[in-house]
Amino acid sequence: MSETKTPGRLYRMWDSDIAYSFRKSPLAIVSGIVALVIVLAAVFAPWIAPTNPYDPSSLNLMDGFSRPMEPNAFTGNTFLLGADNQGRDVLSTILYGARISLFVGFSAVLFAMILGITAGLLAGYRGGWVDALLMRIADVQLSFPSILIALLIFGVARGFIPPSQRETMAIWVLIIAIGLSDWVQFARVVRGATMVEKGKEYVQAARVIGVHPVRILLRHILPNVMGPVLVIGTIGLALAIIAEATLSFLGVGVPPTQPSLGTLIRIGQQYLFSGEWWILLFPAMTLLALALAVNLLGDWLRDALNPRLR
Amino acid sequence: MTEPLLSVRDLVVEFPTRRGVLRALDGVSFDIAPGEVLGMVGESGAGKSITGAAIIGLIEPPGRIVSGEVRLAGERIDNLPPEAMRRIRGKRIGMVFQDPLTSLNPLYTVARQLVETIRAHLDMSEKEARAHAVGLLDRVGIPAAARRIDDYPHHFSGGMRQRVVIALALAAEPELVIADEPTTALDVSVQSQIIDVLKEICAERGAAVMLITHDMGVIAETADRVAVLYAGRMAEIGPVSDVILKARHPYTSGLMASIPTLVQNTDRLVQIPGTMPRLNAIPSGCAFNLRCEHAFDKCMTDRPPLLDVAPRHAAACWLVEEETQNDG
Amino acid sequence: MLAFIIRRVVQSTIVMLVVALVAFALFRFVGDPIGAMVGQETSLEDRDALRTALGLNDPFVIQFGRFIGNAIQGDFGISYRLQQPVMELILQRLPATLELAFISGLAAFVFGVSAGVYTALNRRGTISTSIMAVSLIGVSLPTFLIGILLIWLFAVELQWLPSFGRGDTVELPGGWTTGFLTSSGRQSLILPAITLGLFQMTLIMRLVRAEMLEVLRTDYIKFARARGLSNRAVNFGHALKNTLVPVITITGLQLGAIIAFAIITETVFQWPGVGALFINSVRAVDVPVMAAYLVFIALIFVIINLIVDLLYYAVDPRLRVERSAARH
Repeated sequence: MSETKTPGRLYRMWDSDIAYSFRKSPLAIVSGIVALVIVLAAVFAPWIAPTNPYDPSSLNLMDGFSRPMEPNAFTGNTFLLGADNQGRDVLSTILYGARISLFVGFSAVLFAMILGITAGLLAGYRGGWVDALLMRIADVQLSFPSILIALLIFGVARGFIPPSQRETMAIWVLIIAIGLSDWVQFARVVRGATMVEKGKEYVQAARVIGVHPVRILLRHILPNVMGPVLVIGTIGLALAIIAEATLSFLGVGVPPTQPSLGTLIRIGQQYLFSGEWWILLFPAMTLLALALAVNLLGDWLRDALNPRLR
Repeated sequence: MTEPLLSVRDLVVEFPTRRGVLRALDGVSFDIAPGEVLGMVGESGAGKSITGAAIIGLIEPPGRIVSGEVRLAGERIDNLPPEAMRRIRGKRIGMVFQDPLTSLNPLYTVARQLVETIRAHLDMSEKEARAHAVGLLDRVGIPAAARRIDDYPHHFSGGMRQRVVIALALAAEPELVIADEPTTALDVSVQSQIIDVLKEICAERGAAVMLITHDMGVIAETADRVAVLYAGRMAEIGPVSDVILKARHPYTSGLMASIPTLVQNTDRLVQIPGTMPRLNAIPSGCAFNLRCEHAFDKCMTDRPPLLDVAPRHAAACWLVEEETQNDG
Repeated sequence: MLAFIIRRVVQSTIVMLVVALVAFALFRFVGDPIGAMVGQETSLEDRDALRTALGLNDPFVIQFGRFIGNAIQGDFGISYRLQQPVMELILQRLPATLELAFISGLAAFVFGVSAGVYTALNRRGTISTSIMAVSLIGVSLPTFLIGILLIWLFAVELQWLPSFGRGDTVELPGGWTTGFLTSSGRQSLILPAITLGLFQMTLIMRLVRAEMLEVLRTDYIKFARARGLSNRAVNFGHALKNTLVPVITITGLQLGAIIAFAIITETVFQWPGVGALFINSVRAVDVPVMAAYLVFIALIFVIINLIVDLLYYAVDPRLRVERSAARH
């Protein structure tokens, strides 16, 4: 019989395996900080950015191609990170662009998660033809790379939406396209875990008592499945951010008047040979830092949650 | 007395973990004579498999041998460089694992796996090795060995697979065979056959056997001597009949009593109260003291060494000392 | 075996039909084919007459049938944007994409497997950690960024390699234009191939590493070591073969992804391939090209899947159980 009292809740969280693993991994800590900084900067962009690059009236073409930290010969304005070809302040555009990238990224992953989890729960719990059908669709979709699917959805949507609406709808189409291209991973994992949990006694006990299936799914099965879902979600977030950047780079993402990091890079490439390197470098570094940080966090999370590696 | 084939002295194996160092083996000592069958019994986690792994040098890092000696025919093998140890494995010490399904590489034929092992240790041509392999399979009781040798592992049933595993373990004619729970994964009906095969083929070749199992029935039928492990320490060791019928360590007698027999007419099964302590929570003194109904003061403070009860029979219990004092 | 092939072929045909359906739906419902063909002044009656003449008012099924019939003959209509037959456009640009895909896939496989095996066998050490670090960056960097950074370094700063285009090509009999035979062609291939292959290479490397680490933990590897087989035999004879079986199949499936990722690479390097064609058609909502590309890619995927399944069947003996189940 132990005399010590059980440690408090906060202490237990701090001492838990996951928190311990986080504390011990300098990489995870650094990535966490980097990701947090970028997210905060993006969220508070309207307040901390020097200008609003999305407001056409605030732009002055004469500001174009200003070098970083040098006053412009024509207007006298100084931009910390330089200005792009249309006179947009690169720093502000990075902040606003990161904002869009993150918004699209998070929404797309959320969308994919909800879609995938629902499909996975259904398929795993019901089995039968529901399961077979969903898995067929999943298999077929998995054999196509997600970029292709996203592109197709985008192209189709474009065909349906009249040109006047395209700008405003672009973001939503983007979110749906990326989300739809990514749901399968979640569905698969959740389905597998659901099938495993379904066979366990506590679920059978709940069924015998007569608990409604939806309640069983949400209250009992779902929590057990969240671990792997989180790992896939983190990595999916990185992928979604990269997907949005890629689509914007290809010219089929965000509209050109609301450039995201991908668009900036596209513009930057055009002026690479003529020497305006800042249009390319800073957005590229931001994108890289963000994607790397999220990826590292996802990697760490996966190792931390993997019971076999402990 | 002839020199023992295997000699283990004060072997200590530790596993560093996040929450401290776990001592899986805490000063285990025993001998195996040439051609002898030594059984090693104990509960899960008592350290039986670790002992086998330590002897053959296959402890998974970060586990390691901290102190103690392992001698094969007089020479130390626990501190050999990896290449030298590799030459001993298979050639002088063979090992049989528990699950025949996962012990064999599913992508290669039995022939390929046998010939490879034979040619790694014995100087034979491909043809000679293959003939030798067929002979081995035949000896372990695989019907139509010459034809079946070209089959893949999944073509064999569980019992047949384990025979193949035994053949593989003995392919290079080792002097000692460590069998780690060789029948646990098999059907009951097949278990005794496999034990017989193992015993016969080892006896034929004069190989000693270290039979690790938690099944006392197998030990009673097959072993010459038996060692009982508890919480990484040796509780008792001696000839099979002595240990089974005249156990001196309370744990051993508890074990024997808890085996149900067909002749008893009881309502309740006998149990030793409590459970084996976790490796990071072993009490000071005797590891069994919390569960022992004969425990007294000394048991709580001093750890008992193996004390002789009779020639070749020893138990690590202070009761033995008490009784010898009373006798003498 | 025959039953297996037939089953897979039937499955593939079904998939192709579904894809064709989707492509056709695209064709039919997205955008207005008539609108792209005639001027704005054309009256509604004339448009409708044209529609009937072109069979666009026929029932869905008939139109679909016609679509399939045409598709099989390779007729996908005319591109809205370029006013050329779609099939011609695709065939013209296919060699560029295929050459690029082949080189990058080959490089990705060779380097990926080597790096994967190395980092699995040497888990610690500076080379391994640096390879892992580079691989992490390879996965986090979007393909287009890799391409641009490579252009910056090698074309702008160092001026060693061309920054866009395919260089000089040679037309072979049969219509295939190749860049392999000219030095400028080969030089132009390097940066795009690295860009395209880097993602795949890091993917393969991580896969091989993870798979090999898993395999190295299995019982049959432990047993192989217990038999005293050399490190070479264990790592490369047993572990590698078991690792490569799932890796090869996944790599085969990656080939399809390469062809799709070529879209990005071709855009970055202005490489005149099928991918660039596709992206331009998405931007301009040039439906015939989009539909045709879709069907084409699906065909390539389906064929690759079929080949990969056959490969798996050939390599893993466990899948051939049906024949020999009768044996015991």
